[in-house]
Amino acid sequence: MKEFTQRKFYRPYVSPFDPCPPIRVKSYETPPELYLGFQPPGLPQYKPHQALFCGTLWPVLFSPYEKSYTRGDET
Amino acid sequence: MWIYEKKLQYPVRVSTCNPMLARFLIEQYGGADGELSAALRYLNQRYSIPDEVIGLLTDIGTEEFAHLEMIATMVYKLTKDATPDQMKAAGLGDHYVNHDNALFYHNASGVPWTASYIQAKGDPIADLYEDIAAEEKARATYQWIIDMSDDPDLNDGLRFLREREVVHSQRFREAVEILKEERDKKKYF
Repeated sequence: MKEFTQRKFYRPYVSPFDPCPPIRVKSYETPPELYLGFQPPGLPQYKPHQALFCGTLWPVLFSPYEKSYTRGDET
Repeated sequence: MWIYEKKLQYPVRVSTCNPMLARFLIEQYGGADGELSAALRYLNQRYSIPDEVIGLLTDIGTEEFAHLEMIATMVYKLTKDATPDQMKAAGLGDHYVNHDNALFYHNASGVPWTASYIQAKGDPIADLYEDIAAEEKARATYQWIIDMSDDPDLNDGLRFLREREVVHSQRFREAVEILKEERDKKKYF
């Protein structure tokens, strides 16, 4: 079982005749609500102050979004 | 490219002359959740989605055109021999003055089809969820049309189309599961 990630990568088909330099690896977001199902009670919570910053009380629902230029090849 | 087979995906039989039904059916022709919207949505989204889902969008988008053709046949059969008076009595007077007995891409209220009915967000999860929602809305529309229709032959075709919405929704949900899997993960370090 691989480690859970909120960003998946794939290698799109690249044609030998593509006019622009190909981006060999692309990515897409798979945020945590895709996986949680009906949220069970009693999950770990952030401290109130931290929760205000994060936008959620529960770490399991926190979805950081990094800058988009790390989505493909460059990282 | 496509190869065309000059036959319908499922036989279309219409037992009674009922132009009023055509007015309701046109919702699935040029409505927001209709077959035209579905076909164009899927065939357009497939360019910017991970490779393992492209084929599904191609197949389902193509099948939606087959459904569009069935709806067109139903509407055509229901109206082709209707006189202007019959069209008017069926609530199709405003359609008649604009289109005669021709088909046009508009919904049951006569609102013309618009590309704003469909979306390509580029985010594969967002796009597939829109597709699932579209299939469920189309399924519901077929249910309400069947509720309004007293033509058993026509309803047979509509039940087939409703079932296909169910299957398509299931396939899109499976596509989401494929994209959720941890595979082909970027190797760091």
